[in-house]
Amino acid sequence: MTYLLTLISAIVVNNFVLTYFVGICPFIGVSKKIDSALSMGLAVTFVMTITAMVTWIINHYVLIAFGLPFLEYVSYIVVIASLVQFVEMFIKKTSPSLYKTLGIFLPLITTNCAILFVALIQAMRNLDFLTSVVQGFGAGVGFTLAIVIMAGIREQLELSDIPKPFQGAAITLIVAGILALAFMGFSGLTSA
Amino acid sequence: MAVTMEAAPAKSRSITAEFMKGLVRENPVFVQVLGMCPTLAVTTSVANGIGMGLATTFVLVFSALIASVIKRIVPNEVRIPIYAVIIATFVTIADLVLKAYFPPLSASLGPYVPLIVVNCIIMGRVEAFATRNAPGISVVDALGMGAGFTVSLMVLGAVREILGNGSILGFALFGDGFTPMLVMILPPGAFLTLGILMAIFNALKANREPVLIRT
Repeated sequence: MTYLLTLISAIVVNNFVLTYFVGICPFIGVSKKIDSALSMGLAVTFVMTITAMVTWIINHYVLIAFGLPFLEYVSYIVVIASLVQFVEMFIKKTSPSLYKTLGIFLPLITTNCAILFVALIQAMRNLDFLTSVVQGFGAGVGFTLAIVIMAGIREQLELSDIPKPFQGAAITLIVAGILALAFMGFSGLTSA
Repeated sequence: MAVTMEAAPAKSRSITAEFMKGLVRENPVFVQVLGMCPTLAVTTSVANGIGMGLATTFVLVFSALIASVIKRIVPNEVRIPIYAVIIATFVTIADLVLKAYFPPLSASLGPYVPLIVVNCIIMGRVEAFATRNAPGISVVDALGMGAGFTVSLMVLGAVREILGNGSILGFALFGDGFTPMLVMILPPGAFLTLGILMAIFNALKANREPVLIRT
């Protein structure tokens, strides 16, 4: 039950994009079409779940065990960068069709702050292993949900007459604001 | 995400021009739309905006300096991880300094200090400018971009603090009759304010340069 709550909390209540503002770059950059938004979301969910597992193990069995907490950021970023590289090679070898959909999005994920954020908050909140994996997965699903909704709205925006200064990033941010307002309706659903 | 690539060597342009471009013409927030997470997340007040801006500028300047100095000995294939480690090192320094000397600021910036590691402004300037130019001019470029970032965060923080809290830098501006628009310091306010400011910035820019000739 707690895991279910963690999952719901990560997906809608504390949506990473709309409440913590992480992963905004892909959220604005890759949300023009629903197809590519969905692929980006899947790639992020995948890497986020694995990152949550690997960084938890590193945090508890290397950094805390050997008293090296000041190396936290350096080690996380190296782990995430190499993990993304590894996942890319693995998908390329095992499933060329999946690689075709996710391929170009994987390198972008290294600099996606949402991934590092997953690693940071599980260390900050002192979560246990399973909770942090569930949270990583939920955060990924939440990201996918937000970016797909955004892409849907933007496909409609293409057809509307937007004043010149608002075109591009400005209108996207305002739409994101309204979306965030809507998502605030979920707050209070869970306590976490 | 329109990252402006600086292909031409910077020798022909003056130091002032290199510095000023970060403030307006290539402003990292309003023009290049980079570094969105700290921009939106910490600008609930002016003080937070300044703190985040200065911390980012510190990391940006030193990462650009080191990357520019070592650019000839870094193998091309592994340059991104190397730069990431350099950036992460300076972020750790900034984080420890903030925790030791400015505990309240460090507490209100929270996890967004470590997130400077993945701020695309830093990797962008290192990759697009510092590795192609001499150390001196790279530092000037980094200072300009850092200043542009800090000023943008201050403006955003000021709008949100005035509307959402009725104060600026913690001093109350209005009398008791003022009802703060709480939504401005909540997440939706961040998106709305930045979107509207960006539109104003675009409109002003379009007025200033009637004929669009870029570079």
